[in-house]
Amino acid sequence: MKALICIGHVPDTTSKIKFTDSNTKFDTTDIKYVIGPYEELALTRLLDLKDAGIEMHITAVTVGPVDTEPTIRKALAMGADNAIRINAEPTDDLFTAKQIAEVYKNGDFDVIITGKESIDYNGSQMEGMIAEFLGLPSISGASKFEIEGDKAKLEQEIEGGNLVLETSFPFVVSAGKGFCPEPEPRIPNMRGIMMARKKPLQVTEPVAQDAVTEVTQFYLPEAKPACKIVNPDNVEELVRLLHEEAKVI
Amino acid sequence: MAVLIYTQNYDGKFKKSTFELVTYGAAAAKELGTETVAVTTGKLDDTVLKELGKYGASKVISITNAELNDFSAQAYASAIEQVAKNVNADLIVFGNNPYGRAVAPRLSVKLNAGLAAGVVALPASTSPFTVKKRAYSGKAFADVIIKSDIKIVSLNQNSYKVKENPVDITTEEFSAEIPDGAYTVKPIEVIKSSGKLSVTDAEILVSGGRGLKGPENWGMLEEMAEILGAGTSCSRPVSDLDWRPHEEHVGQTGKVVAPNLYIAIGISGAIQHLAGVNGSKIMVVINTDPDAPFFEAADYGIIGDAFEVVPKLNEAFKKFKEEN
Repeated sequence: MKALICIGHVPDTTSKIKFTDSNTKFDTTDIKYVIGPYEELALTRLLDLKDAGIEMHITAVTVGPVDTEPTIRKALAMGADNAIRINAEPTDDLFTAKQIAEVYKNGDFDVIITGKESIDYNGSQMEGMIAEFLGLPSISGASKFEIEGDKAKLEQEIEGGNLVLETSFPFVVSAGKGFCPEPEPRIPNMRGIMMARKKPLQVTEPVAQDAVTEVTQFYLPEAKPACKIVNPDNVEELVRLLHEEAKVI
Repeated sequence: MAVLIYTQNYDGKFKKSTFELVTYGAAAAKELGTETVAVTTGKLDDTVLKELGKYGASKVISITNAELNDFSAQAYASAIEQVAKNVNADLIVFGNNPYGRAVAPRLSVKLNAGLAAGVVALPASTSPFTVKKRAYSGKAFADVIIKSDIKIVSLNQNSYKVKENPVDITTEEFSAEIPDGAYTVKPIEVIKSSGKLSVTDAEILVSGGRGLKGPENWGMLEEMAEILGAGTSCSRPVSDLDWRPHEEHVGQTGKVVAPNLYIAIGISGAIQHLAGVNGSKIMVVINTDPDAPFFEAADYGIIGDAFEVVPKLNEAFKKFKEEN
């Protein structure tokens, strides 16, 4: 099986978020970049399936300028076989999805996997857009991913439960929590890092697609007033505050 | 021109989150000076459909194809595209929920319409069309301009208040053309969750963290949830340790929630957890450690041992409920 996995280059989840240039740009000072957590989950799942004996070739792809290369190299060090970087800023979702669709057309892939959402822009639209560009089926936020012969079995969360799905290849899926049942972090060892340097990383230029969205301004949430501390021996006071002051019970 | 709102029904009924969408759509239509049209799938009772008029929809279109009883992102996107073209929609509103996340991006490509996912407010301006959305997983917000002729937004649950705004409503049926191959992904079955209130629907959440020491200690949280008519949720370590099911995990990599009241018990308040819950209207923290970061974010706090505080608090809540 040939899998194309989209890797996002995002601030580490523990990052404190700040902005510069009158809140128009993300402040990258002291920010550590990582593979998006959902993409890492998806890659781990593919590697687990490979370890379990399923024949698998994994191509990692990212849309980003040259400073995203350490992130895609990490995907190689974790175990992806080759990597492609499309040399452009991924600022508009339709633009980014179009680039991935183009990579698919030039390859011979059975499945495209993305993360459920990027933890920076929180777009959660890649899998649907890529699939629509290619006329492929899409499954959004899958919480299970099994391969059974020439079929895949997936689960998708819906209101009030989980939908169990079966599909033939090819298709596009975004990985949510549960995609990898027992995610053991694959921390690249020295050998993995050395090997990653020798694995192919191809850089290509983007194809045309007009951007239709633009972020103009960021805001941080408003600071909350200080927490009111209630004495543990007087819990009735908390009940009173929630009822009379906050009016939430 | 019209604002088209995709109104999902659940077993033939609408939920509060659907009324939020219609209220939002009607308010946006007022800004844009256009009509408010709702679209739904399946055959619903007229009285159910007409409920949408209470929140400002002047027309509701039911797509009646039987195929759509099973969900397919391709089939739904195609059917809604046909309706959007018929009513000449210039703004399409989805909920930022599993269906919206699956369908809206496909529609975005079909209509070459810019999509802002996870919006939290009405458009700040209609020209250029500018709307505020959640970014950095709840740690920030961003203004997005959508430049295309047709715009799509998906609204975060609990971020726009339901308001009655009754108008006369007409109902219409529509039979869509379903493209070949739209059901390559076959639905096999639905595994229903335990029937409890889902974390995203609950108006009050009682949430537990590692401070509770083990799954056997959740009884008192479930009791509190029962008294308050609340849902239960948990922090990531708790779901990773399998003390609680994954669907209860709230936080940056779990569910993002915005209840009226969030009660955090034995949760320290790591930045990733807070990112998923800081849309809550009021937050209460109960923790033994006065330096727990949650005290910075919460509105009310009790510094104390959950095993002593929670049973007392349950008694107080019970007494309050009896009296009110």
